[in-house]
Amino acid sequence: MLAAEPRTLFAKIWDAHLVARGQDGLPDTLYIDLHLLHEVTSPQAFAELARRGLAVRRPERCLATMDHATPTEPGLDLVRLAARDSQAAAQLETLAANCRRHGIPLFGLGSERQGIVHVIGPELGATQPGMTVVCGDSHTSTHGAFGALAFGIGTSEVAHVLASQCLLLSRPRTLRFWLEGRLAAGVTAKDFILAAIARFGVDVGTGSVLEFAGPGAAALDLEERMTVCNMAIEAGARAGLFAPDERTFAYLEGRSLAPKGEAWERALEAWKALPSDPDARFDREERLALGEIEPMVSYGTHPGMAVPISGRVPEPGSLPEARRKALERALAYMALEPGEPLAGRRVDVVFLGSCTNSRLSDLRLAARLLAGRKVSPRLRMLVVPGSRQVKRQAEAEGLARTFLEAGAEWREPGCSMCLAMNGDRLEPGQYALSTSNRNFEGRQGPGGRTFLASPATAAATAVAGHIADPRELL
Amino acid sequence: MTRRPLTFVESPVATLRVPDIDTDQIIPAAYLKGTSREGLGVGLFAQWRFDPAGRPQPDFALNRPEAEAAEILLAGPNFGCGSSREHAVWALADFGFRVVISSRFADIFQSNAQKNGLLPLELPETEVAALAAELEPEPAALVTVDIQACRLRTPAGRELAFNLDPFVRRCLLEGRDPLDFLLAQEEAIQAFEVAHPARFDSRELGEEARP
Repeated sequence: MLAAEPRTLFAKIWDAHLVARGQDGLPDTLYIDLHLLHEVTSPQAFAELARRGLAVRRPERCLATMDHATPTEPGLDLVRLAARDSQAAAQLETLAANCRRHGIPLFGLGSERQGIVHVIGPELGATQPGMTVVCGDSHTSTHGAFGALAFGIGTSEVAHVLASQCLLLSRPRTLRFWLEGRLAAGVTAKDFILAAIARFGVDVGTGSVLEFAGPGAAALDLEERMTVCNMAIEAGARAGLFAPDERTFAYLEGRSLAPKGEAWERALEAWKALPSDPDARFDREERLALGEIEPMVSYGTHPGMAVPISGRVPEPGSLPEARRKALERALAYMALEPGEPLAGRRVDVVFLGSCTNSRLSDLRLAARLLAGRKVSPRLRMLVVPGSRQVKRQAEAEGLARTFLEAGAEWREPGCSMCLAMNGDRLEPGQYALSTSNRNFEGRQGPGGRTFLASPATAAATAVAGHIADPRELL
Repeated sequence: MTRRPLTFVESPVATLRVPDIDTDQIIPAAYLKGTSREGLGVGLFAQWRFDPAGRPQPDFALNRPEAEAAEILLAGPNFGCGSSREHAVWALADFGFRVVISSRFADIFQSNAQKNGLLPLELPETEVAALAAELEPEPAALVTVDIQACRLRTPAGRELAFNLDPFVRRCLLEGRDPLDFLLAQEEAIQAFEVAHPARFDSRELGEEARP
C-alpha cells in the first residue's frame, strides 16, 4: 500500500469538511461545525432568511452572545440602556428576538455566561480541535488556538451558514511560522504577534491560513495561543492555527460542551491525528526566534507600524515613495515626530481588555505588576474582563481588588473601547495605550490615537503615566 | 438578495490611492448600530469626508466634482483590511460604487463585495499607477469595465485584461446570491450530516442560554 500524501493540519480539517469538492464551476462546499453570533453583524442575515422564508438549519450548532454594543457600567440592563442609546438597545433586542424565533442559545445582558464571543466559545468548550468555526467577526481567527479552522465572515455568509450550515469557499494557501526558543521575562504573546506583523507586514497572510509551529509554539499556553491567532487577521490571514496537544486537551477537559466519558476518549484519538504530518508541504515558510523579541508598541495607524519599546518612531525619509507617504500620514494623525522615542510618551487612557487580551492570564499579569502600586493620577485605566466568568474568577482571586486599590476602573464584560461602539471611547486628540488589536484612525473614538501593547506594558504605563517598559517592574 | 446584475460599467473614477484602507475608515463603528442594509452611504468614509463639525472636506477624493458620478473607485493596495463588517460594502454600493480597483484586496472585504454586486477588480500595482497617471490630467475621463469579457478600457484606449473567478463572475453577471447554489445542494449536505454527527448540542446549555 502506498503511504498517504503528508498533509498539513489545515488540509486535514478542510478535507474532512468537504460536502462537495468544487464541481460544475462552483468552489468547494465546506460544512461549518460551530456558528457564533452577536448583535452587530447578524440582523440583516436573519432578515434575509425571513425574506426567503427559510429556517435556521442547525440551531444546535449556533451560539449567540451580546458583546459589541453592550455597556460596561455595572447595572445597565436593556431598559436603562434604551434610555441612553435606543439604537444599541434595539439591536440587542433584535438579536434576542431572532434567537427566540429560531431556538438559538443566547447569553444576553446579565447572563452568567455573557461575554466577548471569542472569549466564551473556548470557555464553554464549544471550540474544539478539528472543527470549522465561523462568526460575523474578523477576530474569529482566535479559535485557531485550539486547532480549529476558524475565520471571520460577512453578513451575507452569516445568512448562508444559518440557512445551509455551509459556505462556498476557494481553498486558501498555507504559510507556516516556525517558532524557536522562548519569550523572555516581561515579553508576552502579544509582543510576539506585533513583532511578526511589523516584520512581515499587514498583508503577509492575505489568502492564506497561518500555522504557528515548532518548539516555541508548543511552549505557549492556550491563552497565549489565542492572543496570537486573534491577531492573525491583522497579518491579513484568513485564519491562524496551532496544532492541538496535551495543553489543548487539558484546557478543554470538563468544560460544558466538551465531550464526556467515552466520547471524550474517542475525541482525543481523533484530535491526536490532526497535527501537520512531518513532511507536509506549506506554500511558504518563515522562522522566528522568540528569545529575541522585546516588548512592542505601535506608533502608527495599522498594527504593522510597531517597534520595540526601546525604539524610536521611524524616519520616513529613506522609504520608497508609497511607504513614505503612508508613514507621514500616520505620524500626522498620531501627532508624532520621526525619531521620537516611544517610552516616556504621555497617554490619557490605558485600556486593558478586548478579545486579544482580556482573559484571566492577561488580568493576572497586569494585576501582578499593579499590586501595591497606584495608577498615575494623570490618566484613566479601564479594565474590562472578557466575560462574566472571567470577571467572577478575577474577583474570587482578588485581582479585581488589586485593580480597584490601584485606582483602575473595574467594569462589566464586553468589547468596550476596542471599537468604541458602546460609549466607552477616547475624546478627540486623546492617546490610549491599549491591549486591543487595532490602532486604525478613530478606532477607539473619532480623533482618538492608539498605541497597541501587551497587558504588562499596559500596567507599567498606567503606573508611570507614560509609555513604560514592563521589565522595569519585574 | 436578488440584485441588479453587474455586466458593464462606464464611468468617471474617484481616486483614493491610500494603502491599507481599513473598513473602520470605510464605515466607522458609529454607523453599525442599525439592523438594515440600506442607507449606509451617509457614513461612507465619514471621518475623512467631513470635518468634526460635519462640513465636507473639499480636498477629499469623494468630495471632488468628478467623484459625483463615479461608479469606480481606484484605491491603494490592501483595500478593505480589518473588520469583517459588510456595512463597508453596503456603504460603497449605496454611495453609487459598482467597481473598486486595487492591487490587493483583504480577503473578507473581497468576499463581501462579490456577494453584493460590487466588483473588486484586481490589477498589478504598476497598472493601477498607470491608470492613475492617465486620469490625473483629465479626472473626469471615463473608464469602462466589461465583466462579461473581463476587460477594462482606460481613457487612452488601452485594454487591460483582469482575472475573475468564474463562479464570482457568474454570480455578478446573473445577480445571484451564492446561497441559491448552497440550497441546491441539500441532498449532499444531508448525507454529510448523517456521516458526521455533531459533537455537541449547544441547546443543552439549558436555562442560562434561553434567549
